[in-house]
Amino acid sequence: METLVLQALSGLASASSLFLVASGLTVIFGVSRIVNFAHGSFYMLGAYLAWTLVTSLPRGHLGFWGGVIGAALGVGLVGLVVEVLLLRRIYRAPELFQLLATFGVVLIVQDLALLAWGAQDLLGPRAPGLRGSTGILGMRFPDYELFLIVVGPVVLGLLLLLFHRTRWGTLVRAATADREMAAALGVNQRLLFTSVFVLGSLLAGLGGALQVPRESVNLHMDLSIIVQAFVVVVVGGLGSLTGAALAALLIGELHAFGILVLPKITLVLVFLVMAVVLVLRPHGLLGRPQDRAQPATGGAEPVIGPAPRPLLRLGAAALLAAVVLPPFAGDYALSVLTEIAILILFAASLHLIMGPGGMASFGHAAYFGMGAYGAALAAKWLAAPMELGLAVAPLAAGLFGLVFGWFCVRLSGVYSAMLTLAFAQITWSVAFQWVELTGGDNGILGVWPAAWATPKLVYYYLTLTLCIGATLLLRRVIHAPFGYALRAQRDSALRAEAIGIDAFRTRWLAFALAAVMAGLAGGLFAYAKGSVFPTFLDIPRSVDALLMVLLGGVQTLSGPIIGAIAYTGLQEQLVRLTDLWRLLLGGVIVALVLFFPQGLAGAARARWETRHGDA
Amino acid sequence: MLRVTGLSAHYGRAHILDGVALEVGPGEVVVLLGRNGAGKSTTLKAIMGLVPPSAGSLRFLGREIAGREPFEIARLGLGYVPEERRIFHDLTVMENLEVGRRPAPAGMRPWTPERLFALFPGLGALRDRPGGRMSGGEQQMLTIARTLMGNPRLILLDEPSEGLAPVVVERMAEALRALKADGLSILLSEQNLHFARQVGDRATIIEKGRIRWSGAIPELMAAEAVREQYLSV
Repeated sequence: METLVLQALSGLASASSLFLVASGLTVIFGVSRIVNFAHGSFYMLGAYLAWTLVTSLPRGHLGFWGGVIGAALGVGLVGLVVEVLLLRRIYRAPELFQLLATFGVVLIVQDLALLAWGAQDLLGPRAPGLRGSTGILGMRFPDYELFLIVVGPVVLGLLLLLFHRTRWGTLVRAATADREMAAALGVNQRLLFTSVFVLGSLLAGLGGALQVPRESVNLHMDLSIIVQAFVVVVVGGLGSLTGAALAALLIGELHAFGILVLPKITLVLVFLVMAVVLVLRPHGLLGRPQDRAQPATGGAEPVIGPAPRPLLRLGAAALLAAVVLPPFAGDYALSVLTEIAILILFAASLHLIMGPGGMASFGHAAYFGMGAYGAALAAKWLAAPMELGLAVAPLAAGLFGLVFGWFCVRLSGVYSAMLTLAFAQITWSVAFQWVELTGGDNGILGVWPAAWATPKLVYYYLTLTLCIGATLLLRRVIHAPFGYALRAQRDSALRAEAIGIDAFRTRWLAFALAAVMAGLAGGLFAYAKGSVFPTFLDIPRSVDALLMVLLGGVQTLSGPIIGAIAYTGLQEQLVRLTDLWRLLLGGVIVALVLFFPQGLAGAARARWETRHGDA
Repeated sequence: MLRVTGLSAHYGRAHILDGVALEVGPGEVVVLLGRNGAGKSTTLKAIMGLVPPSAGSLRFLGREIAGREPFEIARLGLGYVPEERRIFHDLTVMENLEVGRRPAPAGMRPWTPERLFALFPGLGALRDRPGGRMSGGEQQMLTIARTLMGNPRLILLDEPSEGLAPVVVERMAEALRALKADGLSILLSEQNLHFARQVGDRATIIEKGRIRWSGAIPELMAAEAVREQYLSV
């Protein structure tokens, strides 16, 4: 009994911390509709800044609390800079672009933090006056945790007062509901959005700063908190403060008790709950459908026509080069080329659901990884040869695509994207935690190609054939009646249904087909590397796929191909050139979002069309 | 007070407004008449900066406002009441009014919720009612009241009689006459000729994005051929 109470209390303390971060995220989303990936980075910055301030200021109450407040304010200032320099310019851009831009900020902050604070974990001092513990039911509970339990509800109360009892709050709520109408009434949204973003960043910074006495400050805080914060915000309902509080409570307690009851699947549990909530309540616990929601990719999409002749010639020349030149390439170049071919298929498969399908996926790595693990597990447990493994990979991924897709394609916009993320995290957690089957963090080694395909050049040609074949098949699908139906339901699900298209089934099949193709890419990747690891299905890999598609341009068929080549090439070069490749890559991403909002292929097409008249 | 010349606007490649010209003097009520899709709403939105004009001049109180942002135009004293009303559903009546509140220009008696409740008697009892739980007529009163809280010199009023019961339309006409008596200028877009002649001084007829006829209301009532050609359904 006593353990249960203490466990519940520590659940409350983590719920409180989680709420601080999630509240900022949900407030920002509610007003600006921006899904801010960099929110976790602000949290991390808050922790680092607080560590620096608290350790350099004189010890005592003033030094500690002054440091915490100062860190929160400092992060608010960083938020101000990010909003004014970057986000303000892209409020009208499609949601995914905003996500991409904020992910660029994540990369930049990671390297800046590394430069400023170094790679080692930092331990901060404990809070003065809260170092001890209090006896509860005969057991000791840390005072600082009790303090955190109080902070969450206090912040919630203050925020509710701010939003419901001040003119600023009333204006923010009005602009949240209908930006244009608020503007027509003389409300300067720019100022409003900036102030909201600063407030949200400040809350993230405060959340991070308050963690300093609890845990070490390190460079992984950003991604680990952002995923949890996303879960809380989505489960609570995007934009709902009370919802976020409820969800934080739910997730916090789930963690606390999950560890007692089912220590093996704590990671899965959280995402399972998110999936269940979204299936039962598509807009989260307290969320509502967005008033004037934008489609995921914004506005009317350009019609996809056959490629103009010069582009075909260019593509043919590139393909010819890919076939003729490799015999003269070294082993390293061959592995890079093999990887690029695989990533082209991976990007093209995601493009099918994002471009023509109009759906967003934050978890496409799940199917890539599922293919890789399918092949590796078949090799490990069934001693399956490569040929069989390469057949198992797309089938396994497709099967999961059918199951997960059945849930995901029912939702729309950010919720759907978050559900794909949840499923991806579930598969990741299984690969990570089910050590007996998957080897956990150590992965599965010894996944080698068949003897005939072992030479790097042969394996390259095998990969090239399968990947280019599959990519061309995907293009064919887009130009087939199924592709028309897919685009029709994207542009107007209602009208598509009215002419007899089963929008749900169309989306579902597209999702499964994309999973099959991603699975094939994953299988090829497993044999290329000789091993599989949980990183094959983690978030950074999903983000890679997103980046490739968005970099190339969502609404062009050559986009994913160009994006995959550009992204892999860029990353490869940057890693070789400098230790600060994240900083540079982040900078490039931000620049691309600002200057090429249609992606590389999109920008090229726009130039082509202005020069040759509108096609 | 407001002078529009050569105003054009496009949605994509479609020409929606083609050289629209009209004028509203101080304390005047001008009715923009025309059938569905003639370009009435777009004219009002273009004046307000909600649809970017592709050509033309918009002069308000002697200043060029074309190309300015909607919130700046609103702050110069131009109010906009949209056709769809666009009440903030989660906000109460009082909060909706608060969003519209702006300081009054010198020499003008500022609008207060109390004054507005006198003008629209139905609203006073609903102060704390969320906007989403009001009838269509109540919402229409609220959307006008909300715009008046900005103390505008001129309001753009988009089809206020649409979808309202006849008795509510009568009350609306009464309120508009009171506003006019108070010195407010109004540019009113309408399809309902009966309503238009109760409140309007002058009429301008728009069809397919072009101005076809302008004149005083009595002239329009006399010109049966004009009404037949542009307004009859």
